[in-house]
Amino acid sequence: MPDSAPPSATRSAPRNAPRRAPQSAPRSAHRRGPAVVVWVIAALALALLVLPLFAILLSAPWARMPVLLVAPETLQALGLSVLTAVISTVLCLVLGIPLAVVLARSVAWPVVPRRLLRAAVTIPLVLPPVVGGLALLLLLGRNGILGRLLAVAGITIPFTTGAVVIAQTFVAMPFLVFAVEGALRGADRRVELAAASLGASPIQVFRTVTIPLVAPGVAAGAVLCFARALGEFGATITFAGSYPGVTRTLPIASYLASQNDLSQSIALALVLLVVSVAVLLGLRDRWLPGVRG
Amino acid sequence: MPPSRVAVAVVVACAGLVLAGCSAPTAGPSTTEKSDPMTGTVTVLAAASLTEVYGDLAARFEKLHPNVTITENFGGSSALAAQIVQGAPADLFATANEATMKTVTDAGLADGTPIVYATNVLTLVVPPSNPAGIKVVSDLTRPGVKVALCDKSVPCGSAAIGLLAAEKLTVTPVTLETDVKAVLTKVELDEVDAGLVYLTDAHAAGDKVRQIAVPDAANVVNRYPIVVLSASTNKNAARAFEQFILSATGKAALKNAGFGTP
Repeated sequence: MPDSAPPSATRSAPRNAPRRAPQSAPRSAHRRGPAVVVWVIAALALALLVLPLFAILLSAPWARMPVLLVAPETLQALGLSVLTAVISTVLCLVLGIPLAVVLARSVAWPVVPRRLLRAAVTIPLVLPPVVGGLALLLLLGRNGILGRLLAVAGITIPFTTGAVVIAQTFVAMPFLVFAVEGALRGADRRVELAAASLGASPIQVFRTVTIPLVAPGVAAGAVLCFARALGEFGATITFAGSYPGVTRTLPIASYLASQNDLSQSIALALVLLVVSVAVLLGLRDRWLPGVRG
Repeated sequence: MPPSRVAVAVVVACAGLVLAGCSAPTAGPSTTEKSDPMTGTVTVLAAASLTEVYGDLAARFEKLHPNVTITENFGGSSALAAQIVQGAPADLFATANEATMKTVTDAGLADGTPIVYATNVLTLVVPPSNPAGIKVVSDLTRPGVKVALCDKSVPCGSAAIGLLAAEKLTVTPVTLETDVKAVLTKVELDEVDAGLVYLTDAHAAGDKVRQIAVPDAANVVNRYPIVVLSASTNKNAARAFEQFILSATGKAALKNAGFGTP
């Protein structure tokens, strides 16, 4: 390895040189001081994010894990969580991409409607999920504003798997919308204008130019959306309740287990963690912007 | 190089301050020794079903002892017990049954033996409009009737299982909630047709729910223990508040809220 590495590096250097040149220019001794501070703070930030997860790994009941993992309740909650999170992600894509397009175009709007639209999309991010769940219940519950009409038609939403999907879609949607909107704003509008000037219809432009341009943003948003939906707790338990196999997702099962069997709760939390990390690791490198090409 | 070291030192010092700031509350109030035994904060972790009566008693205690602040945190007994076992800073602990209290005493975290001072029974509540036309507890088994119960992992859930077994009923609920207040909320919002809650919660809800008597309810009794925690940093005031709850004033307030006597 040490023998073969230098020649290959020298060989590839000329090819990469023109692209890398602008980045390596500002490196100087003066920048080293702040860099250390940044590293230290970054390490603290990372420690805050990662150490709690290590604590879970360290306190996990490893000896009992195989039994806990294949317990019917675990598999049932995992299956329900993955199913609902996948459906929620698809719903977020179907509903969220058009919303992101409108949001990106809203820069041309007057200030008030533009800010109102942005605030509306942000609400689920700042609202405590339990409050979001209560709001959904007041809208779609059988005495809710819309729910009353649905009840007349024989449709009740709370306490169903559909309610879990709605709660997850509610909390996860902003992640998709903002990711796609960012990608849309970063995309070069002139390409779309060129396509339009060459006779493409708006739908054609959207399908053949806009979508491919923002695909990495869509993928990134979908991954975040899925992870958020998978971890959803507050809105789900308030709006959908908690019944095994119907509405009791993995986070709810983990919380309930923590009431009297902490080791089982940790086992369930680990399952959630493994699924989330697997999805994030599996999709990120391949689809995210910045790793293109 | 020296500038960067200074920078690192600053960051480390800042981090130290941040951490110290974070850990300050755990240290709790400093007990002033002999001057006045009644100062500082008493942190009470109490079962959700005690919310109203403890809130009322804390306000009255604070009036009697202006230098004492009672901070109360209400929740599912089991979750609170788990928090204490994990080192949550608290002075006084009151659960809704003896089984959850046992997890704390077994861990050696109680200062003395818990005292049982109140009892509670379950009752059936329905929304005021009684949409499913529930008249007796056996109506809960009818298909299409939406019932909310507590999950078996919390005291009101184990009590509900006990009561339904005593009534020889098999009920399929639409949801198993994390604490008794969540069940009550679902009934108040008219999202379920019925729920089993504590008599005291039905009392507190007033006319927002309608009560339906359950014959065997009196036989399935939750006993409420209270104990000062060994990790308490303000045992004097914690004991004083505990005594206040056990006093005639406390007993009257508990009776008023619908609790029974052991």
